[in-house]
Amino acid sequence: MSGYVYNSARSAREAADWSRRRLIITNLRAVFGRAYPRIIGLTREPSWVFFEIFLPFLAVSAFVFVYRALKAPEEYIGFVVLGGAMTAFWLNVVWMMAAQFFWEKDQGNLDLYFTAPMHLMSILVGMAVGGLVMTSSRALAVIGIGTLLFGVSYHVQEPLLLIGVFLLTMIPLYGLGMLFASCFLLWGREAYHIAELLQEPVYFLGGVNVPLRALGPVSALVVATLPLAVGLDAMRQLAFPGAQSTGVLPVGLEVLILVAMGIVFLVAARAALAYLEHLARREGRLTLRWQ
Amino acid sequence: MRWYPPRPAPCPSPTFYETLPMPSETLAIHARAVRRVYKAKPEPVTALAGVDLDVEPGEYFGLLGPNGAGKTTLIKILTTLLLPTSGTARVAGFDVVNETAKIRRVINMVAGGEQSGYGLLTVREQLWMFSQFYGLPNREGWRRVDELIEIVGLQERRQQKVRALSTGERQKLNFARGLLNDPWVLFLDEPTLGLDVSAARDLREHTLRWKETAPGRTVLLTTHYMVEADQLCDRIAIVDHGRILALGTPAELRRRVQSESIFRIELDQLPRNGGLAMLSQLPGVLSAVRSDDSADGDRAGASSIALKVALASDSALTSVVTAVAEHGANLIGLQKSEPSLEDVFVELVGRGFGDETEGAK
Repeated sequence: MSGYVYNSARSAREAADWSRRRLIITNLRAVFGRAYPRIIGLTREPSWVFFEIFLPFLAVSAFVFVYRALKAPEEYIGFVVLGGAMTAFWLNVVWMMAAQFFWEKDQGNLDLYFTAPMHLMSILVGMAVGGLVMTSSRALAVIGIGTLLFGVSYHVQEPLLLIGVFLLTMIPLYGLGMLFASCFLLWGREAYHIAELLQEPVYFLGGVNVPLRALGPVSALVVATLPLAVGLDAMRQLAFPGAQSTGVLPVGLEVLILVAMGIVFLVAARAALAYLEHLARREGRLTLRWQ
Repeated sequence: MRWYPPRPAPCPSPTFYETLPMPSETLAIHARAVRRVYKAKPEPVTALAGVDLDVEPGEYFGLLGPNGAGKTTLIKILTTLLLPTSGTARVAGFDVVNETAKIRRVINMVAGGEQSGYGLLTVREQLWMFSQFYGLPNREGWRRVDELIEIVGLQERRQQKVRALSTGERQKLNFARGLLNDPWVLFLDEPTLGLDVSAARDLREHTLRWKETAPGRTVLLTTHYMVEADQLCDRIAIVDHGRILALGTPAELRRRVQSESIFRIELDQLPRNGGLAMLSQLPGVLSAVRSDDSADGDRAGASSIALKVALASDSALTSVVTAVAEHGANLIGLQKSEPSLEDVFVELVGRGFGDETEGAK
């Protein structure tokens, strides 16, 4: 067969007749395909190590020194280090998930995603998987360096549960990113500003650098809406001795909240994506560059 | 009105007629009364004002028109990126509104000036990534990528990062991407936009070679380069202000504006005893004038004179050539002047491509 010709189908109609299995496999391949640039990007852009590990670590260090100066309980140092690691995921969700469709549109990729045979959710999942892998290495670096430098001691009685809660946190967190990806595109050219707007308030409300209970009555509301806050609170309770006293809700309840959030955000992301695609096709605006 | 095949007798089964392909389902592209209106202020903009179009499988079809004619809007509708405001359109027999998933399995699209993909990936990786979106198995995907890299001549750049490619190389990469899934209908939206002459020529050659090698594959090309449309397309639709003004083969379109045969005749001197006036009076000769590009210069030691002779038909040429010889002039060159597609466009629209304002007056 010539290099130009790949299809063995005898007609276009035959070529368009895909089995359910082929459809599923194509979507799985699309997930892997879209995750690839993010994973490979780890080795291609070493400058990211400086910007995404060293710089965030400076903020972590500042809080550590403040807590030490105030003679705060020692587990607070661990809270901050863990919070710093989880910050990397929030940054990834805001900048490389939520704002991503906006950049993809300007690059001309969005058109190609729309016209390819996979579901757009596969692209979003691929971005999430790639982002998760990429960010995990940075988060681990922050935890490793922080633990060594500040002598953080962990007391993990249920390591599997801790890993499970971490993974469970990632589902609603990236689900929220997927939902935002469609919303940012719908909201127009202010994606950059919206991303900035989401950054600092979430650091504060998510209890990244302070125990969530320190926020007072607001904390309960926050726990109910921000997956980062719920997950972080549960992970702190599982990783540090005595953290149950600073936790907002029991871990079991927080796990249930994370599960519910995961379902809600993923379903909402799918619905937003369907609406986005319909609107894009109806209005003819969303896939146009520089709009 | 739709045409249905005649009913054969006897009828094999009640569902027999439903399985017969309708004409619109056997065409590569079928559009009827397609309109597209964009919301805009102060008033809506009509990008397509009722387009009817049939493209046969295997055709290289061109949409030729100036910027804003509606070409890209039509491509966006056919590639399922945009809904028509009204009318129906089918690609490979599938409806663009309700059967988008099926259409997306058999099409691909390459646009001019496209910056798709990710700059940090190598050429190979970029193509492989896109191959995954079309579900190519991993090993087969890499093989296909290497084949296409070789076909478009990017072997030496295969391990280069995409951001290091020149504009021409980038467009070759885009073209390779467009062939990854071996599409049955390939949409090329101004594919040579911004390319230098050599890169544009390479790309045109690739599209032609692909068409020749892949039977049954259809290309829909939009362009505002007349030469490109002329060189590549089996048929061309001239589009302006959202309407198809003329449709046919390049030769048919030219014939539409050519009611007379025009020849450029180069002589060593003007015929004696009457010159141009004598030629003009010959039967079948409509006019004979000095051509603007008459050399009158030294050419191999002799001056030459170019004439533009309009004939009612080609058969009158014999009497012209004979008369020239009888009146002491020698024929140096003879060339039939064909009207260009631009002449066709000017004739149809009353203005040139880059002359929107003048045309609007």
